[in-house]
Amino acid sequence: MNNQDIKTVEANTRIQNTLRGVIRYALLTVWAVLVLFPFYWMILTSVKSYGSYNSEYIPKFFTLNPTLENYVQAFTAVPLARYYLNTFIFTVITTGLMMIVVILSAFAFARLDFKGKDIVFTLFLSLMMIPNELVIITNYVTITNLNLRNTFTGLILPSVTSVFYIYLLKENFEQIPEELYKAAKVDGTSDFRYLLKVMLPISRPTLVTVTILKVIECWNSYVWPRLITDDKNYFLLSNGIQEIRENGFGRENVPAMMAAVVVVSVPLVLIFLIFRHKIMEGVARGGTKG
Amino acid sequence: MKIVLEHLTKRFPNRNKKIRDEVVAVNDFDFTIPDGKLIGLLGPSGCGKSTALNLICGLEKPTEGKIYFGDLDVTALAPEKRGVGLVFQNYALYPHLSVRENIRFPLENLRGDKKLTKQQMEEKVLEAAKLVQIEELLDRKPNEMSGGQQQRVAIARALVKRPQVLLLDEPLSNLDARLRLQTREELKRIQLETGITTVFVTHDQEEAMSISDTIVVMKDGVLQQMGKPQDIYDDPINLFVAKFLGTPQINVFTGEVIGEKVYIDKAQVCDAPGVRDGDVYVAVRPEGFVVDPSGPLICEFIGREVMGRDTSVIARHGNFLGENIRAIIPSEELIDSKDGSVRFALKPSKVRLFDKGSEERIRVEA
Amino acid sequence: MKKNLTAWLCLLPAILFLGIFMVYPLVDVLVYSFEEGYNFASQSYFGTGTYNYSYVLRDPYFIQALKNTFIIVIITVPLSTGIALLISLGLSSIKVLRDFYQTVYFLPYVTNTLAVGLVFMVLFKKTPYSDGLVSILIQTFGGKGVDFIDGPYWAKMFVMCFYTIWTVMPFKILILTSALSSVNPMYYKAARVDDTRPFRIFYKITLPMISPMVFYLVITGFIGAFKAYSDEVALFGTDLNAAGMNTIVGYVYDMLYGNSGGYPSYASAAALILFAIVFTITTINLMVSRKTVYYH
Repeated sequence: MNNQDIKTVEANTRIQNTLRGVIRYALLTVWAVLVLFPFYWMILTSVKSYGSYNSEYIPKFFTLNPTLENYVQAFTAVPLARYYLNTFIFTVITTGLMMIVVILSAFAFARLDFKGKDIVFTLFLSLMMIPNELVIITNYVTITNLNLRNTFTGLILPSVTSVFYIYLLKENFEQIPEELYKAAKVDGTSDFRYLLKVMLPISRPTLVTVTILKVIECWNSYVWPRLITDDKNYFLLSNGIQEIRENGFGRENVPAMMAAVVVVSVPLVLIFLIFRHKIMEGVARGGTKG
Repeated sequence: MKIVLEHLTKRFPNRNKKIRDEVVAVNDFDFTIPDGKLIGLLGPSGCGKSTALNLICGLEKPTEGKIYFGDLDVTALAPEKRGVGLVFQNYALYPHLSVRENIRFPLENLRGDKKLTKQQMEEKVLEAAKLVQIEELLDRKPNEMSGGQQQRVAIARALVKRPQVLLLDEPLSNLDARLRLQTREELKRIQLETGITTVFVTHDQEEAMSISDTIVVMKDGVLQQMGKPQDIYDDPINLFVAKFLGTPQINVFTGEVIGEKVYIDKAQVCDAPGVRDGDVYVAVRPEGFVVDPSGPLICEFIGREVMGRDTSVIARHGNFLGENIRAIIPSEELIDSKDGSVRFALKPSKVRLFDKGSEERIRVEA
Repeated sequence: MKKNLTAWLCLLPAILFLGIFMVYPLVDVLVYSFEEGYNFASQSYFGTGTYNYSYVLRDPYFIQALKNTFIIVIITVPLSTGIALLISLGLSSIKVLRDFYQTVYFLPYVTNTLAVGLVFMVLFKKTPYSDGLVSILIQTFGGKGVDFIDGPYWAKMFVMCFYTIWTVMPFKILILTSALSSVNPMYYKAARVDDTRPFRIFYKITLPMISPMVFYLVITGFIGAFKAYSDEVALFGTDLNAAGMNTIVGYVYDMLYGNSGGYPSYASAAALILFAIVFTITTINLMVSRKTVYYH
């Protein structure tokens, strides 16, 4: 190799690197467009008027006279506000109750000594393998027999426990040094005070993770609510959307449908954009979907 | 392959983004590393020695200046085109590959007319393994071996493709004391056997002194002194180099020169022919002290530590920079310290003078 | 003694809920599946045996659902994992806009499957007013437009798989990018100094090091795809049998509820068949992984 060769090698390396960079960004941009396009399309369609949407045989990629009439439609022609409220209530209560149940169990497994702890924990773990689809059949029958169809109780009860989250929290609780517990005991702190004042604050990141995952799950849940509710007054957003899809606004009104979709999607997207680092970190740490 | 560094400079943007100033990791390096020698880049942590190594290797691009391998200007050349072997501080052995696969890895990258057959590769792997004496370990995985063995594998992997230059980043720092001693001799032997120009980075002066043909002492990105280990030890150009080399550390006193004589706190300790009057630092190697009941330097006696062949005497003095003076004397010498003090005479050959302002060396006439 | 009591009190809610909504149903579903001709209204049955299973296995709707589910699994799991790997590799080698891309890619995770499915339906469906954006795009490139929602089977399957991949990508990209970032960069430096070509670096170093995570994604991907259901409803509506796009889980729910519902025995049998399939595939996966996956 002489100095001339080196110049050639350098030039080749540079070209290769540039080429690689271009391909990389091209690939990433293609996927970003594929992800964003449906969002763009739903917002775009939701501000087109019913008339102009149906007159576009080739849909336009922009609109010059946006309208909010579809949003008005979405809230008046179907009880979207009601679905919204239902979903909100369902999400808050389910997540809240689940956190209490899960925290208590994790605390018992992580910090308290009792007879049969290992056996009970193993039994809990083995339940993780049971798919939801298997037990939902009987649960449907149980809730029906208890006359809890079309009630919040029926909606909420089966999903207030999660073995996976108990496991996740227990692991987290166990990482808190034993010395802290002993120190608290010496100071005469009760178990529950210790849980509230020491363990929960220390485990905050994991608690946040679990809460976020559960909220997303609740907000988007579809199968169980569909089985258990047929009264529109108890529909959640997913079911509402499905109802809109099948029976619509009395007619095939795509712009109004899209307006409803936008309204449904906005809260979680907003929460995500605000807390995106926390949420992504949380999902990466603890997560499987659903 | 000699390596020429020409006004080599590397600046990094400050990690703290609020500070606009750049960090100069390597500042205007301008020297030649001779062919076929073992060179130690020595300096305290954060002095830029690893950056210097990365520049030679090509993992970092210099801000200014040039690097030549022989007569070739490799400054802009990517590391993979430079033909260097690099041994990482943590060895960077691929944990999922066996020792054999690890060593073979660089060979499998050769292409064109350099491409080797399976048979040739196997021979080369074996040869490299023999060189570092790990031929029985070829089928193990890295995590089944001790640190010292992993180190050997890393060296074998770097050597197997016969690099023009071998670079080692803190090669011994992850080994325990006994292994370190053994491995550094090993390193010297391998370098002698292969004759490959070898540069290694270390913060341990003893390590650098013991095996390097040439030492390059750095501080804050600036080259302080370059030369044979003994020369640098005997003839440091400034106070930093004097303090950095040698254990126990050189003992530094504030003193002054009056009429070509050196005084520490009014006591005349030695002569300084040809030196102008003024405040100086008087630095004395531990072996430069002689216990002498009539010696000029009167110190407070603290204690003695017997270390077999030698004894170190621990003492204090008002003009001493730091807390305890450490002097090394033969064990059989007795110390009379009834009044709590000990008196020393100084061997002139072990005393070095430095300017009090610039900390540069002041040379005495022979 | 007091300590025991506190512990059990803490566990009580969880045990209660798990007992009623998991353990009991588990036993119950087995019982159901062997009770022949169970009638929901009168809560009576006329015999025990494997009739429910043989009925389900011969039911053309179930066969269709089984076929659909397998096609979805076989297409979407490798494809989504592969594309996610490609995108994650791209993501982890750029600096500019990285955060932006990551945020965008994660968006589908937090959106309602049913809601966004509706948008996909609008994009792909042919209506009296318009052929749908995708068909029109195909036409402008000289192809022949097709109704992806009510048209031929392959077209419906295409949208189905496309949408499934769209929804599972965020999770996979996220997991793979974090796996990639956990690989010590010193290995890449070492490989680079040895003049390793990029593809070889990927194949020999990156892939083995992130193999546990890739494997995790494959397993969860399989399990998730076998349970496909809401994506289908989002695109084709609740009457999946009519659309010919039903899945096993869809079949279970249809047997339980809705127009064709009221047969918990058949539903239970189908659910247990699904469970057996998933269990078998997961076991095979685990066995394969033991040979190919590198664990630290």
